[in-house]
Amino acid sequence: MLKDITIGQYFPGSSFIHRLDPRVKIILTIAYIVMLFVVSNAIGFLVGIALLIVSYVVAKIPAKMMLKGIKPIIPIVIFTGILNLFFVSGTPIFEWGFLKITYEGLRLAVIMAIRILALIAGASLLTYTTSPIELTDAIESLLKPLKVLRFPVHELAMMMTIALRFIPTLIEETDKIMSAQKARGADFESGNLLQRAKALVPILIPLFISAFRRADDLAMAMECRCYHGGEGRTRMKQLHLGAIDLYGSLVMALCIAGVICINLFVPAFF
Amino acid sequence: MPIIEIKDLYHVYSAGTPFEKVALDHVNLSIEAGEFVGVIGHTGSGKSTLIQQFNGLLKPTSGEILVDGKNIWDDKKNLRALRFNVGLVFQYPEYQLFEETVYKDIAFGPKNMGLSEEEIDQRVRDAAGFVGISEELMEKSPFELSGGQKRRVAIAGVIAMDPKVLILDEPTAGLDPKGRDRILGRIKEYHQTKKNTILLVSHSMEDVAKYATKVLVMNKAKIFTYGTVDEVFSKSDTISHMGLSIPQISKVFHALSEKGYPVNRNVYTVEGAKQELLKRLSKGHVR
Repeated sequence: MLKDITIGQYFPGSSFIHRLDPRVKIILTIAYIVMLFVVSNAIGFLVGIALLIVSYVVAKIPAKMMLKGIKPIIPIVIFTGILNLFFVSGTPIFEWGFLKITYEGLRLAVIMAIRILALIAGASLLTYTTSPIELTDAIESLLKPLKVLRFPVHELAMMMTIALRFIPTLIEETDKIMSAQKARGADFESGNLLQRAKALVPILIPLFISAFRRADDLAMAMECRCYHGGEGRTRMKQLHLGAIDLYGSLVMALCIAGVICINLFVPAFF
Repeated sequence: MPIIEIKDLYHVYSAGTPFEKVALDHVNLSIEAGEFVGVIGHTGSGKSTLIQQFNGLLKPTSGEILVDGKNIWDDKKNLRALRFNVGLVFQYPEYQLFEETVYKDIAFGPKNMGLSEEEIDQRVRDAAGFVGISEELMEKSPFELSGGQKRRVAIAGVIAMDPKVLILDEPTAGLDPKGRDRILGRIKEYHQTKKNTILLVSHSMEDVAKYATKVLVMNKAKIFTYGTVDEVFSKSDTISHMGLSIPQISKVFHALSEKGYPVNRNVYTVEGAKQELLKRLSKGHVR
């Protein structure tokens, strides 16, 4: 059950999208999200969704994974959908007692649902096609200008790297401890809320102890290899911009330009 | 009737992703009650997956597991009761300790079984006795103990459930030779007293040869062979080919026999070697 968590799950591959520079990928993802909010026209949304589907196909990420990433936010989508549906004022198309659905409300509900779903699917594509290490390298590189303001960019990136690195380890550890306690007859699935919370104690205590032990060991190992922060540190893998990054950016620029033109010149029929 | 029987068991991890891996490839096996089975095989040969099938922690992709003649997946409600019957001690079990005192930690299993206070007390003391945890350690925090003691407390936690089948996954990993002999000796004693079934996963052929009555060799998600210690080690050539070493003392005797000395090749333990040599010496075959 814990294995279903897809945060930061990386799908190794060598597609066009995998080979994009991670910095470019982050910027393009942000650009894509901006584009989703610029769109105000049904045809524009088709462009956004088409771009998303093409990207998934190019990256060879199975459609199942896309759905898996979207699944957890469905309740949020439904919730915002209901809010928009009933609480936006405008021309009513349906009235029943105090409930009133307006044309504007319906339109906004559909648009917001598409926006949120495409946003999550787009952001998931970033984590599916970029390894956590690449991702933090890129963030460190992108945040570098903040160093001028004495912002600890390297430390932040290192903390993120370690945290991401240990998510699978801790999940595995939790799985193992859960199995061990289940083997001793622990029951996590029945009982009321209080009993279930209590049943977590045999998992949480060993998990905390092992997390602290790991942190201690890791700190020692890093010190043994003379780690002393980012000062003068070089990288094994340098990030380089290449031709494919240019192509990728061009595709995105074209889509954004296209969407703006559609907004301006094509009449909205919805 | 065999206590554990598996039929055409197939297990695959992460099906449908790039990480897909077949851990058990249509495996068949039946284990009689009362055996002390040594399970050996490489890392990734499917040992850990196999033993977690026996108490229903992993669900097979296909195939059947029968414990005491009943398919364990017939009724999911019985799984918990099954886990009390098939006790599983994981690798590095000391990392599962969580209670304030050693006593309470050993009592965790019996308490989950819903036993009476007196029964729990009796079982905790019996289990502690089996693994050699003395009375004055019982009220200490498990985190104050040494590594070997912690390991023994964790094993006692499973023994206290008095399972019909006790499965131990490398109970001696990371211990010094003294701690290793101590734990294995206790387990052997426990086996002789309780006459239950024991499965011991180990990397050490010496340990398996010394303590087990039967040996199960796993290789590449399949069962390579299952039989008595003599039967299995007589295939020592193929076993060496798989990269698993036979006991050192057997290697010595094989070398002796190849040099032309009339010694028995089926010697696996130092004790057996001593008997064999004394026999030869008294007969005057070896000068």
